[in-house]
Amino acid sequence: MSPKENLLSQPRRARRAGRVRGRALLLFRLARQDIRHHAAQAVLLVVAIAAATAVLSLAFALNGVKANPYQQTMAATKGPDVVAQSGNDPYTGVTSPADLAALMALNHAQGVTAHSGPYPIVGDTGPVGPILRSTDLVTSVQVEGREPGGAAVDQPEVTDGTWIRPGGVVVERSFAEAANLHLGQVITLNGRPFQVVGFAVTSAFGGFPGTSLIWATEAAARSLATQADPLSYISNLMLSDPSPPAVDAFVNAHSSGNESSPFLTSWTAVAYGDASFLRTDQAFLFTGATLLGLLALASVAVLVGGRLAEGTRRVGLLKATGGTPGLVAATFLAENLFLALVAAAAGLLAGWGAAPLISRPEADLVGTPGAPPLTLAMVVVALGVALAVALASTLVPAIRAARMSTVGALADTARLPKRRGSLIRLSRKLPVPVLFGLRLVARRPRRAIFSAASIAVAVMGLVAALAIHAAVDIKFSHFGRSGGLVDPDVPRAEQVLTAITISLVVLAALTVIFAALATVLDSRRASAVTLALGATPQQVRAGLIMAQIIPALPGAILGLPLGLGLFKVAGRGLSGLPPVLWLVAAVLGTVVVVAALTSIPARIGLRRPIAEMLQAEAT
Amino acid sequence: MNDSVAMLVHARGLRKDYGSGEGLVRALDMVDLDVNRGEAVAVMGPSGCGKSTLLHLIGGLDRPSAGQLTVAGQRVDELSERALAHLRRDEIGFVFQTFQLMDELTAQENVELPALLAGYSPSEARARAIALLERVGLADRARHLPSMLSGGQRQRVAIARALVNNPDIVLADEPTGNLDSASAFDVLSLLGDLHAKGLTLVIVTHDERIATTADRLISMRDGAFVDETRLTGGSRGNLSTFAEWEHLG
Repeated sequence: MSPKENLLSQPRRARRAGRVRGRALLLFRLARQDIRHHAAQAVLLVVAIAAATAVLSLAFALNGVKANPYQQTMAATKGPDVVAQSGNDPYTGVTSPADLAALMALNHAQGVTAHSGPYPIVGDTGPVGPILRSTDLVTSVQVEGREPGGAAVDQPEVTDGTWIRPGGVVVERSFAEAANLHLGQVITLNGRPFQVVGFAVTSAFGGFPGTSLIWATEAAARSLATQADPLSYISNLMLSDPSPPAVDAFVNAHSSGNESSPFLTSWTAVAYGDASFLRTDQAFLFTGATLLGLLALASVAVLVGGRLAEGTRRVGLLKATGGTPGLVAATFLAENLFLALVAAAAGLLAGWGAAPLISRPEADLVGTPGAPPLTLAMVVVALGVALAVALASTLVPAIRAARMSTVGALADTARLPKRRGSLIRLSRKLPVPVLFGLRLVARRPRRAIFSAASIAVAVMGLVAALAIHAAVDIKFSHFGRSGGLVDPDVPRAEQVLTAITISLVVLAALTVIFAALATVLDSRRASAVTLALGATPQQVRAGLIMAQIIPALPGAILGLPLGLGLFKVAGRGLSGLPPVLWLVAAVLGTVVVVAALTSIPARIGLRRPIAEMLQAEAT
Repeated sequence: MNDSVAMLVHARGLRKDYGSGEGLVRALDMVDLDVNRGEAVAVMGPSGCGKSTLLHLIGGLDRPSAGQLTVAGQRVDELSERALAHLRRDEIGFVFQTFQLMDELTAQENVELPALLAGYSPSEARARAIALLERVGLADRARHLPSMLSGGQRQRVAIARALVNNPDIVLADEPTGNLDSASAFDVLSLLGDLHAKGLTLVIVTHDERIATTADRLISMRDGAFVDETRLTGGSRGNLSTFAEWEHLG
């Protein structure tokens, strides 16, 4: 019995199981060996996709961590479920006895289990607020009067120094850091001297720059009131049911909408306002993830295309030994989808692990953010993006490999440029490096397109980042930094943006190197023939560099308007343009960097003897 | 044995064109060919005469522009890509001048490859590969990468790979073209031995001495057959004669 007959004589199920195992082994073996053989490309593919999924996962993970420090602060300070502020006269801002009575009535409303206040506060309703002067700062603040003893609800947590005493004030920590105040320092409030005796945090108010809060004795707070800045009052309420729906229901039930009735704020609203910095970060992260995803798409397409060009003979061999078109496509897809899965897992873990770092509590809160929950949605999105990038960039090469002529693939013939009379006439007039570069680009137009796309995405991110930096500078130079103070959210958001931009530029640089390497490898014979015909190594090297600059230049130019467009869309209301010189430098700098990066593989590729290079495709 | 069973390759009016218009190149022009089961046919001719093109068409690596071609009872000119792949996998074994081994796979893995494609389980594929590597005298080189093997050893691995699915016919394109005399002797001995055991062979070669040891010699020029000589008149030729001459000489 022949082996074939022997195979057919086996039970159908056993035959099918054996076939499945055999095919799986074959796919695994081919993928493993190809990854080993092209380890650097595989690593870049994983890094490119992982960078996109990491940033995306990070953006999603922030949802899970931002509430943690606020809730820890709430627990530490016996934080109120509702903060009620007295109503006042809409013209004078003065709180009448009736307004105060209405506020006090809330302390005993149904559902309220504990309260503190009403406490006098100044600077919350007036146009300016008490003026704080220190050695190097003049700014307006809000001053809340409190009793020196503890409060049943909203007792601010002193993190440094002591609680208030006559002549001594406690400064909210995030404001103290922004104002660079230190313990023992003497400041003046409306010209009256006070000593800073402590720093504290509270969950009843959002931190700086929303408020610039100082706690003083009630007598001191009252003494700071002026006609322009009259007193108003604050009550802190604890409810029997602190759940968000119950708190919202309480707020709605006791808000009439007119200015003379108390104004109520729920803890959820304060927490939401407090996490605004994370929302800015999140917006940048989602934009960055989109850019990194696009760049990953272009980079992976360059890599996969390069590997197909290198692996053409392998495709022919697989087909010659009986591989069906479907199997040839499957080997391509399986390998890249496997790498995409690895990248998704790496990106997911990196993003998830980095979330607590980026969401570290600001100075207005205590506690540490815990690890965010690894939700199914995060996993699905990360996997979906990774697989979509891999599939979108691999599908065309896989189909092309499946359709490739077996004889052509075995001969590993390079794609020839279409012969156009006008181009030939034009190329005659070009210097040798440009002519050589153009011909190389014409051999692999798809690679050139993806190289241009990756450069365009990187320049797009770079220009958007430059525009945002410039707009922030313009904004601050026009309006000042919140009375001489820096909003801590801004440098933080700029750091996120800078990190994303650096990732984009690094990935684009790696893509350029690999595209150049692929061009050098599959033009070895053309380079050798050109050298044999009398071209100098410098001319050929310059030609290889030109082959990268030709797509890079339009890519960089295209990235310019795209980056400005991105800034308009994702700039969070910022306006203004970076100096033209910056933009020109971004485009020209990109081209110079591309030339410099390409010269490395070009130099290495041309080190081999001409005879050896001529032989390369013959065996 | 009736004719249809005995005849493995049957081609009539076979034509292959490349390019079009003024750039049209006719690589094969109205070729008729029959190859019987167990026969060794040598095809000779100068470079560019269409020998390799003929081999590629018989092997289902390429499609004819016109004419009819039947291999192992299947009309190659009418098969889908998938069916062609199955034909190559199950009925045909290839031996190339440049070996065409996968550089990143070991000798054994290269031999296993067509078996796995054909649906053999991993253990069956391994057993067949080991047996064939023993048969070609390379059992001790099974774990070696092609780069660690000599030209002759690589070609013997390629022959083992060509045989792993027990094909009806082996097509060899200049199998000794890249080998020194000693390696050519090894490879031809092996092919001669296989032919003696009934394997059908079509060999494209430049070397007249190899060609004259086949059952039949076909000479080609400009895409057409110009001469056909039956050398032994039987279905068991003496392909290894050349190898013996070389060895003795």
